[in-house]
Amino acid sequence: METAMQNRAGATAASHDSLASRTVQITLAALLGVFVLGGVGFSHISAVHNATHDVRHANAFPCH
Amino acid sequence: MSLFRTILFVAALAGIGAGLVGSAIHLFTTVPLILAAETFEGAGEAPALATTDAHEHAPGTAAHSHDEEEWGPADGLERNGLTIVFTVLTGFGFALLLVAASEVMGGLKGWHQGLLWGLAGFAAFTLAPGLGLPPELPAMPAADLAARQAWWIATVAATAGGLALIAFGRSPLLAALGVALIVAPHVIGAPQPESHESPIPEALHHSFVVASVGASFVFWVLLGGLAGWLRPRFAAPSA
Repeated sequence: METAMQNRAGATAASHDSLASRTVQITLAALLGVFVLGGVGFSHISAVHNATHDVRHANAFPCH
Repeated sequence: MSLFRTILFVAALAGIGAGLVGSAIHLFTTVPLILAAETFEGAGEAPALATTDAHEHAPGTAAHSHDEEEWGPADGLERNGLTIVFTVLTGFGFALLLVAASEVMGGLKGWHQGLLWGLAGFAAFTLAPGLGLPPELPAMPAADLAARQAWWIATVAATAGGLALIAFGRSPLLAALGVALIVAPHVIGAPQPESHESPIPEALHHSFVVASVGASFVFWVLLGGLAGWLRPRFAAPSA
């Protein structure tokens, strides 16, 4: 299985990344997620609120 | 491929997949109920304003009264198109958090593990905040927006942290702490309006809660499953 071999190789490569580098990259990705969700679900800007209105209600984000 | 790019690609694809399916479900289930609720908005304005001042804040009012000064999407294609776009973006955002969190634990190994993470996401982002702040329709009375947003975020964080302690903590004490974290926001209680009197018929709201939670369940299962399935395929070495 080619993918299985790639998985193992990938896991090995990942383990060579330094802990600090992994921490920074994971944190950056999570912050980007928070930023995107903040924009869609929590923005107080009126135009953004109106554009995302149905999504906010449908996904039970506190809307207004 | 760097870890950051792996997370980004896996989250983007999982978000697009779950977002497209999720928005299709929403357009056929929750969105018609939102539109139906908006027809009560004019009629319900007086009691809603009488019961809570918080509801009359500017953006919300503008969104529904379609005030000329405030931009809002035109009903139909524009409005539903935005719902699709923003549901996909929501999927991307949730997937970024899910995949990033799973990388702390070494990365998703396959769809099955991803699905379990998706269920945890459903519990943390839908069930837990939904207990205190059920999905609500336009024209329903609600407490101060900022207070509800703060409770929502704190509840999500406490539930996610609690689930992590239960799943990955290695002692009964940590598991007990996890349970306490999950229960705590509900002991404190979500901000509630002064009165729950609402122009929205109870049956309409009930249908909406069922549709919203159901759509969220499918969305999270798909998001987690897709992310778990994609992650090993992107983690292949290239650099």
